[in-house]
Amino acid sequence: GCPKDDFQEELVIRPLHSGDIYASFQFRTLWETDFMRGNKVSHYRLFPKSLGQVISKFSVRELHISFTQGYWRTMQWGQPFLPSPPGAELWVWFQDSVTDVDGTWKELTNVLSGIFCASLNFIDSTNTVQPSASFKPLGIGNVTDHRFLRYATLPREIVCTENLTPWKKLLPCGSKAGLAVLLKSEKLFHSSFHSQAVHIRPVCQDWQCKTTSWELRQTLNVVFDLHTPGQGKLEWSLFKMFSRTLTEACPLASSSKIYIDITDDPQGEQFEVSPATHLLSQAMVLGDRRTFSVYDLTQQITFGTVRSLNLLIRWKSRDMLRPLLHAERYVAGYGLQTGEIHTLMYNNHPYRSFPVLLLDSVPWYLRLYIHTLTVTSKGKDNKPSYIHYQPSKDRVRPHLLEMLVQLPPNSVTEVTVQFERALLKWTEYTPDPNHGFYVGSSVISSLVPSIVAMDTNSTREQPLFSSFFPCKEESSYFMRVYTEPLLVNLPTPDFSMPYNVICLTCTVVAVGYGSLYNLLTRSFQIEEPSPGLAKRIANIIRKMRGVPPL
Amino acid sequence: IIVGVPLWWRTTETYRAWLPVSQINELSNLQLQLSAEVEVVFARGTVTPEQQKKVPLTQIQDEEHTVDGDLFINAVCLVVTKIRRLQGNICLKCVFSRGHSFEVQDMDVYVGQRRTALLRIGAQMRVGKTLDQLLAHLEPRIKQVLQVMSFSHTDISAALSDRVRLSPGNKESIADSMRTFKSSPGYEITFSLLNPDPKSHRLHWDIEGAVQTYIQPLLTKLASVANFSIDSQTLYYAMLGVNPRFDSSLSAYTLHSDSLAHVINPVEARLGSNAASSNPVLNFLLYVPDAHHSPLYIHDRKKQEVPSNAFHSPRWGGIMVYNVNGFYGPEAVFPVDVNINMAKVMGVFLAQLRLLLGVQSSTAPSGFLVAPCGSNGLADWELDRLMWSRSVENVATATTTITSLAQLLEQIGNIVINDNIAEQVSSAVTSLQLAVAELETGNLRFALQYSKEAILASERAFFDPSLLHLLYFPDDQKFAIYIPLFLPMCVPILLSLLKIVSDARQKRREKQAKKD
Repeated sequence: GCPKDDFQEELVIRPLHSGDIYASFQFRTLWETDFMRGNKVSHYRLFPKSLGQVISKFSVRELHISFTQGYWRTMQWGQPFLPSPPGAELWVWFQDSVTDVDGTWKELTNVLSGIFCASLNFIDSTNTVQPSASFKPLGIGNVTDHRFLRYATLPREIVCTENLTPWKKLLPCGSKAGLAVLLKSEKLFHSSFHSQAVHIRPVCQDWQCKTTSWELRQTLNVVFDLHTPGQGKLEWSLFKMFSRTLTEACPLASSSKIYIDITDDPQGEQFEVSPATHLLSQAMVLGDRRTFSVYDLTQQITFGTVRSLNLLIRWKSRDMLRPLLHAERYVAGYGLQTGEIHTLMYNNHPYRSFPVLLLDSVPWYLRLYIHTLTVTSKGKDNKPSYIHYQPSKDRVRPHLLEMLVQLPPNSVTEVTVQFERALLKWTEYTPDPNHGFYVGSSVISSLVPSIVAMDTNSTREQPLFSSFFPCKEESSYFMRVYTEPLLVNLPTPDFSMPYNVICLTCTVVAVGYGSLYNLLTRSFQIEEPSPGLAKRIANIIRKMRGVPPL
Repeated sequence: IIVGVPLWWRTTETYRAWLPVSQINELSNLQLQLSAEVEVVFARGTVTPEQQKKVPLTQIQDEEHTVDGDLFINAVCLVVTKIRRLQGNICLKCVFSRGHSFEVQDMDVYVGQRRTALLRIGAQMRVGKTLDQLLAHLEPRIKQVLQVMSFSHTDISAALSDRVRLSPGNKESIADSMRTFKSSPGYEITFSLLNPDPKSHRLHWDIEGAVQTYIQPLLTKLASVANFSIDSQTLYYAMLGVNPRFDSSLSAYTLHSDSLAHVINPVEARLGSNAASSNPVLNFLLYVPDAHHSPLYIHDRKKQEVPSNAFHSPRWGGIMVYNVNGFYGPEAVFPVDVNINMAKVMGVFLAQLRLLLGVQSSTAPSGFLVAPCGSNGLADWELDRLMWSRSVENVATATTTITSLAQLLEQIGNIVINDNIAEQVSSAVTSLQLAVAELETGNLRFALQYSKEAILASERAFFDPSLLHLLYFPDDQKFAIYIPLFLPMCVPILLSLLKIVSDARQKRREKQAKKD
């Protein structure tokens, strides 16, 4: 019969310590079908047809794409549920039946750029890498041969409404019903941070993993800055954030819930939520046991007598907690010839050290001197236990540097590497070369030791936001941190110079030619020097006086 | 100068590979010869013994169709009276027989499912002494059959509609020719179920089974014409572009035919383009009106209900409105589960598909009875007709592409012509020549094959990105580079030339003065 499919939607709201509000939407479509066995899948119900066609045509095993505007400030905001670097990020695992991976990748990026109205077609071999360790498949499947993995970022990409509209179109209910009603672009893009993503992967149907199904997760994370001037009170509501309230769940969704993170404030001392709910839920998120108030939109009682839900939070006071792992990056040095990239990784755990995988993909026009690579923590040399380095080829592929570094407890580890700036050909410069050239974020992947030991009682009924990254070890959790993208100035020529040079040399040649020509063609005669001006005037005067001239 | 000029010449010239220009020019005249072979069979007892003597006999009849002056299409009808099957050729059969095998009395011609037509023969049999005369007498009727079963003037001009401006006035034929999809090596067929009201209706359609039962046989038959791929999707909250009007006399909502043009646009945005290929998409939408707006009926210009409750949009697809309010009572609990009757839906969609693909059963002349198409929805001669017009259309399109490419390359000397483009062009030209030749002999299958190859090669050459390389490097930029050198250099040369001229004049004047 018909393959079963299932749709769930969820919104998590977390008041951040900085006083901002973090809202994270997740929409998950599960589809019991098999793209991989080669049979043509062509009848779609909840799963969007355009993405299904992409998966089956390009033999995609896993696809992760994110568009982000703004930078996630880990120090102030803590960890996001799903990290993403500024700009666009795309990573794809192909099935092992694909023979020409590079060709398929090129076609796939072109098709995706059409689907998402983004400039993903600028992904080519010069910004694509094949990480050996940092990006493992998140779904089932034991393919770990990184020949079938491609990773690329476009740090320059600007995310706007035209990317949001096709993203919303992939939802079964569109923006007509359910949580997606809140996604109004004029409010979403008037925020400190906006990130939208699409993740497709094969997952297990049941605990024995006898059958597989495809999972499409659409996530949208947004951070609203509530320190807007002129607002004395710290309070927000759904209507204030999204200029909409909720009236119904998407009728196609099997579950539709709103979670509000009240972990930091179980007694309602710092903020209060209204309307109040007695439904509480606990979940392990990023190594921390957190408590949530739950609003179930499929229950009519949630909407109350006014038939609309407008959540409201009022702040009373607040304080702050430091994240265990965060990182930052900058370019040092002066002049336009050489420079140095510094990456700082902070381990704030009081007594445990843990390893992290650092992935750096640097464009070829920054020529890295890999012998200058130093890793220091607490003033001492810290030797990476694994280094995978692929040097760049000019105009073909970027540098790829991956290494496994142990971060000592309560420390800052600094990775530096020097580079030389290359001169580009005049057609390779962007239209605004003096703006600088972007270098994508570094990616730090790590299993961070958990503060709270996770309980083994994990049931199927966990919220979506806590179930994305597979978590095997119970005492630690997987985390990915992106650093800031870099903006590097390259030596930029004066673009009118070639024409000036042509004009100048041609004039010089012409002047030389002219004088040579004159020398060759003129005949020279000795001429009587004509009398001077004074003499002539004197002669005129003498003539008038009748005196013979000089 | 000896070194410099050749060096300058070598470094500034653009590479231009050789193109078969003369052959392209020849092709651009587009002289097509289409030929169909007809076998005339007389049933026992219909021909007199003296008429029988002169069998076999072959006749060639030329018929000239002129379409818009510059195109000449010779339709050659070979009339063969003996069973003489050329290898692989398609043969139409006209069987003359006495009237008693016909069941219906007022019917003269019965067109079968394969390639046979049965013609009634009457008293006129005795007219001719010889078979020649008899055939001459029967000729108009054979021609009529031919027009139905192979190709007629209107088919050919419809196929050539891109090259030829159709004469105004003949509105019907223009509409006909604009309805069918352009010839393409493949088509994507998408069935979409539009459910604007998922809160009230939970719709189930067995599209997989329906496609297998109703659509696939037709497509299997058409496999030689093009590749087809089928998919389906369900779209929720998809609205029509117009608000249907409530008609209290019918207690139903109505959509008038004039407003149908505005229905598609908002739906189209939701349909999504096909990500996997660039072939044209045929959309078939099944619209189930929401509970508050049902039932919904489409009305034609005469304010009559359209029996199928469906309409099609030329070169786009078809829409059918499917009312489900009859499936539940007024006290039903929403959402209601509704199973859609796929046989009813697919009947409409199949008819629309036939129209859009150009398998139109053109209205047969009076006295003709066309056999109902069999299980696969397509008679052999209908497929032939389609292949005729598709081959002609392909040949015409490929010729236009190649000709305009050649013209463009001739006009703009800056364009680099790479070897691979030259290769594509010549392969397109050879395929075209082969296709024309096959059309002449009536080998439809090969003609279509070659014409498809020609189209592919010509499009690949036309859209090759390397052609754009130097297109935007116009002559004035070259001037800008060379002027700073040549202008100052010209100044002394011009001055000395002026001086020479004035010197020469003065000398002449002096000479004249001396003479005087």
